[in-house]
Amino acid sequence: MAKLFPKSFNKLPLQLALYLVFVVCVATAGITYYMTPKYTRVGYAPIQPVPYSHAKHVGELGLDCRYCHSTIDTAGAAVPTSQTCMNCHNQIKTTSPALALIRESYQTGKSVPWVHVHVMPSYVYFDHSIHVNRGVSCVECHGNINHMEVVTQKKPMSMGFCLDCHRDPASHVREKADIYNLDSKTIAQTQGIEAARKFVHDWKINPPQSCSGCHR
Amino acid sequence: MTEIKPAVKPRSAMVGNHRSFSWITEKICGIAEEKTPVWWWWCFAVACIVASFTVIGITYLVATGVGVWGHRNPVNWAWDIVNFVFWIGIGHAGTLISAILCLLRQKWRTSINRSAEAMTIFAVVCAGIFPVFHVGRVWYAWFLFPLPNSNYIWQNYRSPLEWDVFAVSTYGTVSVLFWYVGMIPDLATMRDRFNAVGKTLKARLYGFFAMGWRGSSRHWSNYEMAYLILAGISTPLVLSVHTIVSFDFAVSLLPGWHTTIFPPYFVAGAIFSGFGMVLTLILPLRAVYHLEDLITQYHIDCMCKVILATGTMVGYAYAMEFFIAWYSSNPYEGFAFINRAFGPYWWSYFIMIACNVITPQFFWFKGIRENTTLVFILSLFVNVGMWFERFVIIATSLARDFLPSSWGYYSPSIVEIFTFFGTFGVFSVLFLLFIRFLPIMAIAELKAVTPQADPHAGHDSSH
Repeated sequence: MAKLFPKSFNKLPLQLALYLVFVVCVATAGITYYMTPKYTRVGYAPIQPVPYSHAKHVGELGLDCRYCHSTIDTAGAAVPTSQTCMNCHNQIKTTSPALALIRESYQTGKSVPWVHVHVMPSYVYFDHSIHVNRGVSCVECHGNINHMEVVTQKKPMSMGFCLDCHRDPASHVREKADIYNLDSKTIAQTQGIEAARKFVHDWKINPPQSCSGCHR
Repeated sequence: MTEIKPAVKPRSAMVGNHRSFSWITEKICGIAEEKTPVWWWWCFAVACIVASFTVIGITYLVATGVGVWGHRNPVNWAWDIVNFVFWIGIGHAGTLISAILCLLRQKWRTSINRSAEAMTIFAVVCAGIFPVFHVGRVWYAWFLFPLPNSNYIWQNYRSPLEWDVFAVSTYGTVSVLFWYVGMIPDLATMRDRFNAVGKTLKARLYGFFAMGWRGSSRHWSNYEMAYLILAGISTPLVLSVHTIVSFDFAVSLLPGWHTTIFPPYFVAGAIFSGFGMVLTLILPLRAVYHLEDLITQYHIDCMCKVILATGTMVGYAYAMEFFIAWYSSNPYEGFAFINRAFGPYWWSYFIMIACNVITPQFFWFKGIRENTTLVFILSLFVNVGMWFERFVIIATSLARDFLPSSWGYYSPSIVEIFTFFGTFGVFSVLFLLFIRFLPIMAIAELKAVTPQADPHAGHDSSH
């Protein structure tokens, strides 16, 4: 009877096992790199219609976040209207070509088509005010915007990212005076974790961890 | 004093008509080797058409949403879980036959274990469809497994539904392994037979899955050990899988579900329904392929008696549920059971009682057990009855929950009916492929239970 398989087939089970290990490793690495927000979202820096520099306005000139994002501590995130820009720019750089869109928007009332950078899915309930009023600085989610020429997503903004803080607020909270100072340090860094825990307790910071806390 | 010698009652032969080893090989291999019979093509075509109902139903559900099924408040679990429990229960006969009867050295298992194990696997496939698609967004079904993810979603291990995931996936895996390991010597037989007639491609294909089996003593020794270990692993599964399925209900707080009798009662019901399905499948197979010498009247008797025993246990459980509902003096429990028998679903309750309690009692009679047609018809009733049992448990308790203002009446949607109907096609397609391409009985094991395999063959058994 002729041999059905060459002798090398004796190694087949081992080869298949090794191949399977390889496939699992590649799949894990591939999914992690191409499908998790840590890699898919971080670094997103779209070109904006107007080259607004946070580094210049906030970092150098010292504008407060709330000057433009005026509803941040009372309601949701607000992208400033072109009127806000024109408060200053009707005096300075009035003919700058970079500001042409702002002037046009100011005259016509049509919004500047800013590109959304930090996108929160519509099935997530997120309110800026409760965060900034309870010791969570802008920098915790947005990074050091005050040093950015172009706004870039610095944090994955995944559910795991939210939960990291919701489960352990003490490591992330700041004094109220430091909320809009993006170069400030957390209470845990300056006064130690015990002081931070006390702050969390005294300020009744009790972030929800149940599904319905955010998925309402 | 004279010595009293007990009468020697000859054991029933497992293989009739003193069939030889070569006859058994020729018979079983011949089924897979012959030209595809015309009836097979007809059955396959019909099965494919029926299976397409499931495919279409599921496609529609994925495209539209899980609302296309008829669940509404208060019945948010209905046919999907009924069908899941129905199919998963059917599988239990296969595992019982392959594992427990193997450990108990019940020789009659040999001629039915292969097809019963195939039935188990195909039933698990059909069962799995329902919970997987009930999650709605089926592409998130992997959330059922504890995989690390950027959402930090972790499973709730206090939920019996999560226990189900592991129970059923373990069950499926072990069943496939058991089936496959048991088949290796027979696949090697088929490989050699194809090779001998020059069909190299087929020989290679069967040879690949035979994993180089040469039938040496070392192979047999390893094989026997592997088979025994798998039987040992499967034995608790026979009891555990349906116990955990019953926990889906028993762990909840709903009257009619929250009872400690559920695990044993579900296991008995599962074996009952499984043997019903084994008979439904094997009797036509026996008639078509003239397997009367391999599946003898003794085998049918044994299966009928298992159905009788487990069916009576199920009947006892029905009675005991009522007794406890009365004995506990719990008005909610009492209402649940009166509602079960006389409420809006009374008709399904009486179908259940008729099929599950009355049907098996016919098997007390030898004349009925020997009438193959009648056994086949009764086995169909067992299948119907066990489906209705799950329907009764699930629909009656949910439709009349604690809040009378939310009471409702559940009726399935057409999509649900079609999807369930189609699973019989899925099952049939798989089973037809099985009988067409694989050895439907354990050839090597069958030879071991023939009279001539007994070293004492031909001798008086008194010494």
